[in-house]
Amino acid sequence: MDNSHIAIELIDVDKHFGAVHANDKVSLTVKTGTIHGIVGENGAGKSTLMSILYGFYQADSGHIKVFEKDCKFTSSRQSIDAGIGMVHQHFMLVENFTVLENVILGTEGGALISESLEKARKELTRLGVEYGLEVDLDTPVELLSVGILQRVEILKGLYKGAKILILDEPTGVLTPQETDELFRIFSALKEQGVTIILITHKLREIMSITDQVSVMRDGKMVAHRQTNETSTEELAELMIGRKVLLNIDKSESKSGSPVLKVTNLHVSNEQGIERVSDINFEVCSGEVLGIAGVTGNGQGTLLKALTGILPLTKGSIEVFGKIITSDNHLGPRILRELGIAHVPEDRQRMGLITEFSASESALLGYHNDEHLNQGLLLKKALVKKNCESLMSSFDVRPADPNLKSSNFSGGNQQKLIVAREFERDPEVLIIGQPTRGVDIGAIEFIRKRIIAMRDAGKAVVLVSVELEEIMSLSDRIIVMCDGQITGNVDARDAEERTLGLMMANALTSSEKNQEVQS
Amino acid sequence: MNEFLLNTLDATLRYSTPLIFASMAGLFSERSGVVDIGLEGKMLIAAFISAAAASVFGSPWIGLGAAILASSIFAMIHGFATITHKGNQIVSGVAINIMASGLTMVLGLAWFKQGGQTPALANDERFLSITLPGVDIIDYIPILGDIYRELISGHNILVYLALLIVPLVWWVVNRTRFGLRLRAVGENPKAVDTAGLSVERLRYKALLIGGILCGIGGAYIATAHNAQFTKEMTAGAGFIALAALIFGKWRPYTVLSACFLFSFLKALEDRLQSVIIPGIGEVPVQFIEATPYLLTVILLAGFIGRAIPPKAVGEPYIKEL
Repeated sequence: MDNSHIAIELIDVDKHFGAVHANDKVSLTVKTGTIHGIVGENGAGKSTLMSILYGFYQADSGHIKVFEKDCKFTSSRQSIDAGIGMVHQHFMLVENFTVLENVILGTEGGALISESLEKARKELTRLGVEYGLEVDLDTPVELLSVGILQRVEILKGLYKGAKILILDEPTGVLTPQETDELFRIFSALKEQGVTIILITHKLREIMSITDQVSVMRDGKMVAHRQTNETSTEELAELMIGRKVLLNIDKSESKSGSPVLKVTNLHVSNEQGIERVSDINFEVCSGEVLGIAGVTGNGQGTLLKALTGILPLTKGSIEVFGKIITSDNHLGPRILRELGIAHVPEDRQRMGLITEFSASESALLGYHNDEHLNQGLLLKKALVKKNCESLMSSFDVRPADPNLKSSNFSGGNQQKLIVAREFERDPEVLIIGQPTRGVDIGAIEFIRKRIIAMRDAGKAVVLVSVELEEIMSLSDRIIVMCDGQITGNVDARDAEERTLGLMMANALTSSEKNQEVQS
Repeated sequence: MNEFLLNTLDATLRYSTPLIFASMAGLFSERSGVVDIGLEGKMLIAAFISAAAASVFGSPWIGLGAAILASSIFAMIHGFATITHKGNQIVSGVAINIMASGLTMVLGLAWFKQGGQTPALANDERFLSITLPGVDIIDYIPILGDIYRELISGHNILVYLALLIVPLVWWVVNRTRFGLRLRAVGENPKAVDTAGLSVERLRYKALLIGGILCGIGGAYIATAHNAQFTKEMTAGAGFIALAALIFGKWRPYTVLSACFLFSFLKALEDRLQSVIIPGIGEVPVQFIEATPYLLTVILLAGFIGRAIPPKAVGEPYIKEL
């Protein structure tokens, strides 16, 4: 491909949101026909920058050149017309529309849609064949899997004539197989001369697919590199501005006797739909059991059952000698008092109350503790002191117990929750998505703490959709798909490919046998 | 042919006309994502302005035009509050209703000094019934003749317009570019925004159409169904239209059926007063009057299935990622 032409040139792009300086004089050059990665922590300004390029936001100052022509975008329409397409992190699709209707929205042509639908059908069939992006055009998108939705988004861009495609965290919700498929599509697009900008925080993806990579930190562009001249370690360091330990060193687990035993467990979610079907596992003290799976395969329901939020419909959970069944439900408060700590998956909705001060959020679930109460009233000073000590031992910044919970960054909110749950010295830890949307520094910190709890002889159940996290922290791994366990392996033997196939429940029987033998 | 039934159905058509206009108006704004509980207020101001203008200028058509204008202005006020300034749509709708209620009284008293009413309209200042061609000929055919003469012929032009407007609305919503964008903006405005379309402009357009339709509905009440404006004369028709909209799951033909159902109950109510039912005796008027509302509640409470509103309805669109 002709790499000498410039597809995009951003010069000194600057953007404020109130007091937040989201983009600070950012410059970027992307060559035509290349795959260009942009990495950075959450809140580094990547998405804002790309939204400015896509005309969704307007920059306060700076210049944009597309294919060496000056552009001033005041709406996405102008950006689309200039040949830019964007696949957002959360898909921009109308759920009850068909694929076809979604694709033509905004570029219908005439006042009647029948003609445009026919025209689009032909064109999309052609594009589908050309790039290997076949999709059933008449299915409502709400019935499609995320992998297919992503194809629809890409098709949408191509149909509108995009020569430059921006993808914001495209692999967050995909299985490894779907990710491979996406990368295959990228290669096909690149071969046809399409320029791709890939925003991600997954450095491994950057290393495997991009030609160039740019790093952002705190709203600034801090480095540009040729991908083949850099390394994961260097990029990680550039992203957070200091050296990080990505792989947690951990010793062999010294696991003891089983503490938590789940037998034939069936659980239905809040809507009464069975999401956990016939699950069995045991967790011993001093071990981390990782539960892998694509989002929405019953892990959330399982977590709620283990922590007493949802009742069981069948089966039992045995913990500290007590047996929980559908007839004998123990609520979250009792389980907490028994020594089960819970770091919920969704920190904004279940982990803390965003309108509460940090000291109040740091109290949730333990607000009935005798030493914190005096008659009807809470001992405010003690609550505050308690929060201060949590903040110092878990490095929560800013260390201000009076600050509203929503004013902390994601990483610091999560550290506060982890501090609250870990400091009570529980025997069993139920942890969901401990590092989702958390910056690298905090990820490293939280992971180390989890391993420390394991080494202190606690039993840990860890649910995560990040395979890398599961693989680096767990001693044993089970895989969930569609509410059932589709794999159970020792972490030392776990391979990403096999786990990925298990997550899609697509392991053939011969592969399963091999897995058992190995 | 059963005269009772024909009369009831005839009245059903007349009662349903303002409901159809208002519910189609609501369909546009709610499919675009804006809750419209101001249907009542828009019809009320339109009813007043139409009667006032028709009386002053001596033409129902001028009355209709003025009504459309007044109702559209109210719709734009709702839009300014909820689209441009992202205010709460329910609060703004309530304000529209209160404003219409107060303004019609104040202006009525100031302009006409008849206790808030407008002068009674002469026949040439109203929309009158029209006899459709061929009544004499078809009259000789049994049953069909009765139906044609009594039920189909003999309504004013706005009744026929209401019936024609429903297939038109269906066609616009389902077959045109505007309809596609309208449905999209009520489901996922962000998808519309990122497709390079203006969410605000689409919603304003939808509200404007709603304003026009409410204007016709209001003019019908004052200058076709009645012959003057009286205090609070819409009497909850806008709210019944809103119920019909939910009942009909925001789809034109099902909404039309709901309008017919509610109007039929109302027509029945008029005719069942002081009727003696064997074994029970005379049914209290209050009970008959309450029937359509009771039925609405009962039917809505579970016999019709869950009504799934447009996903983004009620939420002002704030641009963020």
